[in-house]
Amino acid sequence: MWCEMGSDNIAISVKGLGKKYFIGGPKEKYHTFRDAIVNSVKSPFGRFSATESPQEFWALKDVSFDVEHGEVVGIIGRNGAGKSTLLKILSRITTPTEGSVDLYGRVGSLLEVGTGFHPELTGRENIYLSGSILGMKRREIDAKLDDIVKFSEIEKFLDTPVKRFSSGMYVRLAFAVAAHMDTEILLVDEVLAVGDAQFQKKCMGKMEDVAAKEGRTVLFVSHNMGAIARLCQRSIWIKNGQIGINDETKITVTAYLNENIAEDIQDIITFQNNSKLPFFIREVALIDENNVSSRHYYINSKIFIDIEYVVRETISQSFLIFAISREGIKIFQSHDTDLNPQLIATRQPGIYRARVQLPQKLLASGKYQLSVRAAIGPNGEFGYDSHDDILNFYIDDIDDETMFKGYRKDRNTLIISEISWQTKKIKP
Amino acid sequence: MTATEPHQNQVKVHTRITPPRKWIPINIGEIWEYRELLLSFTLRDIKVRYKQTALGFLWALIQPLFIMLIFTIFFGRLAKIPSDGIPYPLFVLAALLPWTLFAEGITRSTASMITNANIMTKVYFPRLIMPVSGVLSPLVDFCVAFFLLVIMMAYFGFIPTINIIFLPLFIVLALATSLGIGLWLSALNVKFRDFQYTIPFMIQLGLFASPVVYPSSLIPESLRFLYGLNPMAGVIEGFRWALLGTEMPGAMILVSVIVVLVALVSGAFYFRRMEQQYADVV
Repeated sequence: MWCEMGSDNIAISVKGLGKKYFIGGPKEKYHTFRDAIVNSVKSPFGRFSATESPQEFWALKDVSFDVEHGEVVGIIGRNGAGKSTLLKILSRITTPTEGSVDLYGRVGSLLEVGTGFHPELTGRENIYLSGSILGMKRREIDAKLDDIVKFSEIEKFLDTPVKRFSSGMYVRLAFAVAAHMDTEILLVDEVLAVGDAQFQKKCMGKMEDVAAKEGRTVLFVSHNMGAIARLCQRSIWIKNGQIGINDETKITVTAYLNENIAEDIQDIITFQNNSKLPFFIREVALIDENNVSSRHYYINSKIFIDIEYVVRETISQSFLIFAISREGIKIFQSHDTDLNPQLIATRQPGIYRARVQLPQKLLASGKYQLSVRAAIGPNGEFGYDSHDDILNFYIDDIDDETMFKGYRKDRNTLIISEISWQTKKIKP
Repeated sequence: MTATEPHQNQVKVHTRITPPRKWIPINIGEIWEYRELLLSFTLRDIKVRYKQTALGFLWALIQPLFIMLIFTIFFGRLAKIPSDGIPYPLFVLAALLPWTLFAEGITRSTASMITNANIMTKVYFPRLIMPVSGVLSPLVDFCVAFFLLVIMMAYFGFIPTINIIFLPLFIVLALATSLGIGLWLSALNVKFRDFQYTIPFMIQLGLFASPVVYPSSLIPESLRFLYGLNPMAGVIEGFRWALLGTEMPGAMILVSVIVVLVALVSGAFYFRRMEQQYADVV
């Protein structure tokens, strides 16, 4: 095999990678054999007819980068920017249109948890099935069975068909199998957002082990900037199918977040809702104490969040949620059911506007992002309408007032709480 | 598309991913690498098949038994179709076994590419594993039904001849036929779902185009090798010869073997071609 100077330590080498899709036009029509026959007869005319020519769309174009052994690299970018296409090419699910990829080492890809799980098979049988689909040998699975079972916390149900599992148990088992892959190169696509909070923490911990202690090469696609910042030294921002920035995570993430902020100028966000969900969000706005929408506040301002939502049918176990993050880290979350538990029992059809006031003097100066979500089921198991980081807002302080305060702007704290200090003299 | 070979300076495996080429041969070494996965998929299909049924694997016995009875009544008793001097139920059962193996094989392998799409768009493995496991999983039903045949042979007092040592060869030929056609159909079905609707229909036609309910001795001697163009004709007559000691199907088998080889090789190439665009098309 041809080998470049100094490339001994390269695990993944991507050169001029491109992937072209055809959108619209006859190619995208549902194929039937008759269509193919008819088209082949018509093709001399079809070639010249402008209306029938499908449009080219480059999901990826001229993407080149190298990853060294033991590096953990994050891939960020908006939906549809080409992150998933890149991962699909690297995991050999789809082929590139141009360019090449060289992978040195066994590759495991984790694009979904529970790939290949069969509802009729028992937990044990599924561990073996899913494991072998993920590329593990039977011997390896034998050796890891105890660890997998322990990690997933389903000991008692090991020989029960997984269709009898709760969704939480199912997801835990699925992640446990995947987490025990020990290929030299691991490609991971946003699978961490599974299970309840406690299990998510465990998953994150496992990912940190994989990244830091085991010295494996990981490519990690995520929208969760917090996770990216914690796991990856370096990150690549994929922007419209091309590499935007390939640098230290801090630099890449900051640039990515800044661009998204620059693009957003509206105070009120309205959603085009085509969702079939019985519960979804129509509009979100931040409102100040004069009842005017605004995105600029001072630390002691009154800040209201208005959320307009639609309930199409009577539902139960539904939650209207907002969360506030800063630099990709979620620092605060509230549910409309927190103080109104009767809303969990039932929500009647109609259009509603919910208003909630943020506690005054909670957030220190800085840029924040608001996320909203309408979820059905305690963890959104039965569907959710989710809008992450859709609105940026700014909190500033008044220099004179905070001159000597602990939460002054340049001290870079996240939250404010003026707490009382009890001091007594213990020695004269 | 890809090649897996040891890297010169490192022990690490090297995989190279490049744009697809039009016609590439099957990578047998890679299939061997993934043999455990082939076994897993085959076992899964076997385990799942009779889950939550009261009769379980008895179904693999009941189906051929009833078809045998119905065929015996209509074709044997009423239509009085000759059976080369073999009791008609036995004559029909010896053909139903390989026929069912073949028919189930092409049905399952063709469907496998669609029903497992959720797996195949998430994980890489040689796609060929899927139709192969679809062809192999009906072997279990075949073995169960074989018991029925043994019982029937004992009932009619048939002692198998020494020819029975050739039976495994005919089982392999039945599987190869099933795979050859299965490869073509499963690759075509990914693009054109029409094929999944034509399969039940083709199987029904095929049953009568093959010597299941009648002996191939009804076909004039001079044309019989042409009959071998239907590879299942060779397989079925081979089964009868090996088990029941009917006339040896000479040239017919040869023609069938050639047809199967052509179907297998061409099917493998066509399948490989489809495989590369699978995720974008399915």
